[in-house]
Amino acid sequence: MTAIDLGLPQLGGLADVPTTDEPQKAKDYKSDQEVRWCPGCGDYIVLNAVQAFLPELGLKRENIVFVSGIGCSSRFPYYLNTYGMHSIHGRAPAIATGLAVTRPDLSVWVVTGDGDALSIGGNHLIHTLRRNVNLKILLFNNRIYGLTKGQYSPTSEEGKVTKSTPMGSLDHPFNPISLALGAEATFVARALDSDKKGLTEVLRQAAEHRGSALVEIYQNCPIFNDGAFDVLKDRDEAARRIIPLTDGEPIRFGPDGEYGVVRSGFGGLDVAKVSEVGEEGLVVHDATTDDPTYAFALSRLGDQALTHTVTGVFRNAPRTTYDDAARAQTAQAAEAKPADLQSLIRGNDTWTVS
Amino acid sequence: MSTNVDGGQSVAVSDVRKVDRVVIRFAGDSGDGMQLTGDRFTSEAAAFGNDLATLPNFPAEIRAPQGTLPGVSSFQLHFADYDILTPGDRPDVLVAMNPAALKANIGDVPHGGTVIVNTDEFNKRNLAKVGYESNPLEDDSLDKFQLHQVAMGTLTQGALADTGLGKKDADRCKNMFALGLLSWMYHRPTEGTERFLREKFGKKPELAEANILAFRAGWNYGETTEAFSVTYEVAPAKLAQGTYRQITGNTALAYGVVAAGQQAKLPVLVGTYPITPASDVLHELSKHKNFGILTFQAEDEIAGIGAALGASYGGALGVTSTSGPGVALKSETIGLGVMTELPLVVIDVQRGGPSTGLPTKTEQADLLQAMFGRNSESPVPIVAPCSPADCFDIALEATRIALTYRTPVLLLSDGAIANGSEPWLIPDVADLPDLSVRFATEPNAPDGSGEFWPYVRDPETLAREWAIPGTADLQHRIGGLEKQDGSGNISYDPDNHDKMVRLRQAKIDGVTVPDLTVDDPSNGEARVLALGWGSSFGPIGAACRRVRARGMPIAQAHLRHLNPLPANLGDVLASYDRVVVPEMNLGQLALLLRARYLVDVVSYTKVAGLPFKAEELQGVFTDIVTGAKETKA
Repeated sequence: MTAIDLGLPQLGGLADVPTTDEPQKAKDYKSDQEVRWCPGCGDYIVLNAVQAFLPELGLKRENIVFVSGIGCSSRFPYYLNTYGMHSIHGRAPAIATGLAVTRPDLSVWVVTGDGDALSIGGNHLIHTLRRNVNLKILLFNNRIYGLTKGQYSPTSEEGKVTKSTPMGSLDHPFNPISLALGAEATFVARALDSDKKGLTEVLRQAAEHRGSALVEIYQNCPIFNDGAFDVLKDRDEAARRIIPLTDGEPIRFGPDGEYGVVRSGFGGLDVAKVSEVGEEGLVVHDATTDDPTYAFALSRLGDQALTHTVTGVFRNAPRTTYDDAARAQTAQAAEAKPADLQSLIRGNDTWTVS
Repeated sequence: MSTNVDGGQSVAVSDVRKVDRVVIRFAGDSGDGMQLTGDRFTSEAAAFGNDLATLPNFPAEIRAPQGTLPGVSSFQLHFADYDILTPGDRPDVLVAMNPAALKANIGDVPHGGTVIVNTDEFNKRNLAKVGYESNPLEDDSLDKFQLHQVAMGTLTQGALADTGLGKKDADRCKNMFALGLLSWMYHRPTEGTERFLREKFGKKPELAEANILAFRAGWNYGETTEAFSVTYEVAPAKLAQGTYRQITGNTALAYGVVAAGQQAKLPVLVGTYPITPASDVLHELSKHKNFGILTFQAEDEIAGIGAALGASYGGALGVTSTSGPGVALKSETIGLGVMTELPLVVIDVQRGGPSTGLPTKTEQADLLQAMFGRNSESPVPIVAPCSPADCFDIALEATRIALTYRTPVLLLSDGAIANGSEPWLIPDVADLPDLSVRFATEPNAPDGSGEFWPYVRDPETLAREWAIPGTADLQHRIGGLEKQDGSGNISYDPDNHDKMVRLRQAKIDGVTVPDLTVDDPSNGEARVLALGWGSSFGPIGAACRRVRARGMPIAQAHLRHLNPLPANLGDVLASYDRVVVPEMNLGQLALLLRARYLVDVVSYTKVAGLPFKAEELQGVFTDIVTGAKETKA
């Protein structure tokens, strides 16, 4: 088989989506449906952040579509005054792919959770990311199954006691960022539900990225896994644990910026005291690094216990998107050969009975 | 000319005999190129103007161990000077390229049939491989046949001696030798095959020339050796006026999808995962991107249909193609299509099952899966083509229903139709139905709120409005949860759910379907009706002809719409003493008919992975017609 260089140009993520000059407000993105998440659910904060952020894009509302799967977070589309589809468990990336490929004039978003995206829908997630379809995936990770009332999820920690694991979970959890990077996702980021500023910045960059963007959002489930991310919400603890990424800046953290990230071993990264390695020894973050190994190493700095957690944009390294390439082939074919149905069905070998 | 309705051979004065029909079966090892050989002979027959029907039969293994019974691949072709309905029950001529091919197929050859064997492969080792204790070419076991022994491998090698081609490559041309010999025997035109070979091996002209040399060597062998004392002529068939081409079911299905997109003026997204015997639909469609066809080879069956449904949501025509095991995986998404009421064409090229079953063999046992294979009350329309060429029309019909009623439609083809071929009277594009759709553009809420309610229905069709993303002011949300009638908002109200379940059912029950037509040349004398669906149309029709030719009236009707069934079906069933329903399953249509019409149909079933034989059904029908007479008397 031969491979062909497709030679496609790079565009912005929203290049073909019509914009409006009319000013928009967050409330324009609120639907008339009553929001029915549990009181205190992290989903409320994310919904507010998204509704507040969407007006910034200046897009026509009717050209935005949210597609979700099944789970608490997947109720998201009902609460947004855009087009939306609440689909079936795990399949939202597949459905959104069909939509994005046929409709370049839409800004397509997928809302999913750790169960929806990483258990039942794991296959669609990795294939969507490797194809690099132009859609934005918001993965709400609360490390638990909420809608089915409290079973462990593929991001729950080993030994977790839940309704379905009274003696503790045996499963080793996924690191969603590592998984996405393993699939060579071109845009990968993480934010906390409680950090509206950080979340908004990540959403902005995701929207502008042309291709698949995976945004993992740590989200608290107050009913079945309350406090899972509390250590990142306490100001002092957060300063010690969160490693924020800013493009072009040395990676530094700690209450007084006393820690940093340095290169170590076989392309890996490690945390070090700045006083020991010096400012010049720190890694300067570059999300556009083509080799996903770097972003992968960043994803390994964090652990399930949240001793450290990296936030921000790990990777933003554009490459040709599947949908652009698919449409380009169709256009190329149409240019090369006009669509003549009669001639197609007639073919080359005919005979006539008179 | 023969007067027998089944055809048959009659001796002419010269050594050229005119026959009205012939069945030839090419059989060899999977690697012997039998499918290609059969295809070429078919094209020659088509170019000559014969009516024809074909039955390829090959193993699921790409290359089963050489020379073994599981590795035998065959291609049967029936061509005639009149309109025929089946690929033929038994081959008049068997070409066997090795002992395995002989052993696997000789049982089907009738007494006096012609058997042409490639003697080169009849060595001790190959004979032992398939359990021949003595060489059947040397003992008397083939005495009842007209046996022709031809050293095809050696003769091909000899013909290609000067080409410089290696022994192995030269040997691979022996299928063209066989084709040449048969082409001579049946006075077939040869230009088409030579042109085909030049095109096929365009980049390797030395191989093209070698194959043409082998083809001519086969022809000349027949012409000069006098080993074959007679040749046969099958005159062109007197088919309806018009321009014809030969077409397989899968190609016709793919063209039907292309035409559907054009007639609907919609882009088409084909979301599919490769599966035998449906993959050729994807292959063919992927060549026609210039018609706005996007083919998406997904990571699995589920993603394939998911993408198709997503495309439909966006206002394209979503199509997915698969076989039975794939339908099982797609069931949940079909259910979502039923709930969201979006158009979707689901092509199921049925194969033997359950589970992986018989991937390359035919069966029609997915009817109940199509009908009921989803959770809860989840009705979908079902259509089925009755022949390879009918696949084109049925794809347009499936699309019409999907677009008009905003529903997934199941299209049940099968392995025999998919790979079989026949002449196709090429339709005039101007005569194809207009399938254009109207998307919603205005708010429609009956309460005057200026909102868009996605579940407001057309009173005639009960179809809901289809508002696609990008349409200003019609933003709405749909999904798999039960929704309130009209507004489409989530609703758990008991009465509303009952109403919505009944509305979805009523919509499908109300799909307009043409009345069933009955073929009964006896003008109403027939007391027995043979009723079928899908690919059994051919054998049922051929069997009916035979029964009628023996003076017994029998009526035939064939269902292309399985859900909903034609409105006049109940009356049709009631007007016969007996209704016999042959099916390649354990009586799935019979079950539906009994349940719906309380008619005690006679279910005749066979699930062998092969189409019915006309002869077999003739026996079944004769017994029933005779029995019906006796009961009456």
